[in-house]
Amino acid sequence: MPLISLTNLHKSYGQNEVLKGISLDIEPGEVIALIGKSGSGKSTLLRCINGLESFQEGSILVAGTSVMDSPNQLRLLRQKIGMIFQQFNLFPHLTVGRNVMLAPTVVKKTRQGEAEALAREMLDRVGLEQKFDAYPGQLSGGQQQRVAIARALAMQPLALLCDEITSALDPELVNEVLAVVRDLARQGMTLVMVTHEMRFAREVCHRLVFMHQGRLHESGPPEQVFNAPTTAELQQFLGMQ
Amino acid sequence: MMGFSTWDILRDLILATRWTLLLSLGAFLGGFVVGLIVLFLCVQHRVYIAHLARGYIELFQSTPLLMQLFLAFFTPALFGFNVPAWVAAWMALTLWTSAFLADIWRGCAEALPPGQWEAGASLGLSYVELMRYIILPQALRIATAPTVGFMVQVIKGTALTSIIGFVELSKAGTAITNATFEPFTVYGLVALIYFALCFPIAMGSRWLERRLNAAHLAH
Amino acid sequence: MVYHFEFGALIPYIPVILHGVLITVELTLFGTVLGIIVSILCAWARSGGPLWLRVPVGTYVELIRNTPFIIQLFFIFFGLPSVGVHLNAIDASILAMVINLGAYGTEIVRAGITATPRGQREAGASLGLSGPQIFRHIVLVPALSRIWPALSGQVVIVMLGSAVCSQISVQELTYAASFIQSRSFRAFEAYFVVTALYLILALLLRQILRLGGKRIFPGGKAR
Ligand SMILES: Nc1ncnc2c1ncn2[C@@H]1O[C@H](COP(=O)(O)OP(=O)(O)OP(=O)(O)O)[C@@H](O)[C@H]1O
Ligand SMILES: [Mg+2]
Repeated sequence: MPLISLTNLHKSYGQNEVLKGISLDIEPGEVIALIGKSGSGKSTLLRCINGLESFQEGSILVAGTSVMDSPNQLRLLRQKIGMIFQQFNLFPHLTVGRNVMLAPTVVKKTRQGEAEALAREMLDRVGLEQKFDAYPGQLSGGQQQRVAIARALAMQPLALLCDEITSALDPELVNEVLAVVRDLARQGMTLVMVTHEMRFAREVCHRLVFMHQGRLHESGPPEQVFNAPTTAELQQFLGMQ
Repeated sequence: MMGFSTWDILRDLILATRWTLLLSLGAFLGGFVVGLIVLFLCVQHRVYIAHLARGYIELFQSTPLLMQLFLAFFTPALFGFNVPAWVAAWMALTLWTSAFLADIWRGCAEALPPGQWEAGASLGLSYVELMRYIILPQALRIATAPTVGFMVQVIKGTALTSIIGFVELSKAGTAITNATFEPFTVYGLVALIYFALCFPIAMGSRWLERRLNAAHLAH
Repeated sequence: MVYHFEFGALIPYIPVILHGVLITVELTLFGTVLGIIVSILCAWARSGGPLWLRVPVGTYVELIRNTPFIIQLFFIFFGLPSVGVHLNAIDASILAMVINLGAYGTEIVRAGITATPRGQREAGASLGLSGPQIFRHIVLVPALSRIWPALSGQVVIVMLGSAVCSQISVQELTYAASFIQSRSFRAFEAYFVVTALYLILALLLRQILRLGGKRIFPGGKAR
């Protein structure tokens, strides 16, 4: 059974139809990259999966439950799916440790001591255990993004959605974040990422999905997509990279 | 005892309201003029003058208006002048208003991106030209709404002049309460009259803010 | 005519003045703490609360912001007893200050809430937090830290405004000045000294609030 299953998804902002019937199944452990031009609807698609955007038609099932059922359902579902944002979105008033501990304690009612141990473990996974007591403002962008990953991991999600998580970083900080993502992929985490890092996508992803004007235009394993793109749009897109 | 209907009360209160309005206008105009002078001193290059002007603003913003009214009332007496309550009220409110307006305007001038000053200076404009053609036109636009909005504070401030004996809306309220023993009705009506004066101004200020900011963004 | 200043005439009244300072501090303390709580609750109601709450809270804010404090005080102290609510002068003063600060504070705190970057709420939502949880754990503290300077300024204004409470015979600082003036006829000296004390109190209060802000909001500048 697929972990995430999109069927004929339609989404419009007013008159502007941004997603025009998207169907996509994502298996547990699969690593998928969404690629495509700016404005093709990649972010919108990810945000729909996490219930941050509503949609007009179609359905999204995550581990068998529907995204748009009820606020309570939605909250349960979000606990199963983590999201990493381009702008990190760490909570500036909480230390790194508290950022990671917040959701486990507040949402899952994990006890303090347990949550702290969990937070330290997750921070260790991203190589930042020593920053437990620092505030986000004291970290570099790359470190902040790694904390954001640890924060999402602390909810022990079934899948992670990553929306251009290295785009706001200085070039020299990109690799430390990608290294963390690479580790996650190796450990079998289900990942759906929007990325412009083509070399990275080629290296770690099982499947590339090319979006064009709100549709899934072409998809397949990296070798096929890169070496034998069938449609003119994908050829043009890859030519630009 | 004479019977007072609610209408009688309202009529008397509205009659007293003219003095509130007159004093508010006088203090606002006076404060506007003095405030301009203070602002001018504030942005002086001579540092000690600027400091002095900032001290003036700080002084009036950090002491109660009521104390300023008392001092305006009692100080002239030291020199043998007995000023009527309305003069003391007008003087104190004028100075108080000037300090706040000068501070508002200074904030507006400082809110302009520093690039504006630098760009102007790099074009070789003199200080006066820079002010005249670049800073003032932009500062005026953002200063208009808060300046109008401060009129609300002035009107409310005049209520304190009743304490040094100026007869305006609040004083009339107290006098009528003493005659009618209906404080709930009287002070309720007084509050509503103040509200009727202030709320439209506050709305106007907000409207100006939206309009001028929108115009600002459109450029 | 030359006036001879005699600040020495105030010396016997030092206890009266000190008592006045104490009462002013007491009014300010209670007014501030309760007023900020009211501000937060009303700001929440106005920005994220149910519709049936938004309208009355909005009316409260506008009514208070557009009427003088002294009238609010008189209405509470003189007016409310006729509908059966009797408060002593101190309680009436504190209530008036709380209501007053609450109205201004509501708008200030709301501005801080509105300025919350959208990503902050989304990050909270994506972790599975509910609406109220997001407000309490994610939105509120950065919002307060954002507007702390403005809120501090309003607290100082309310402290200075408490001078008016002398008019319902609360024995605060201004009352002390009037008392001394009526006994010693040294009006200028009394008001001058008390004004200076208010100035000191205001500067101190600003300083305390600034340092307090640094302690309460350690995360540095919230974006
Ligand atoms: N909140 C919104 N309101 C209205 N239109 C929106 C909104 N968000 C996105 N859009 C529109 O939806 C379309 C798809 O946007 P989306 O952000 O999903 O693109 P994207 O593929 O992520 O692009 P990029 O690579 O630039 O991030 C765009 O045309 C955009 O203008
Ligand atoms: Mg995007």
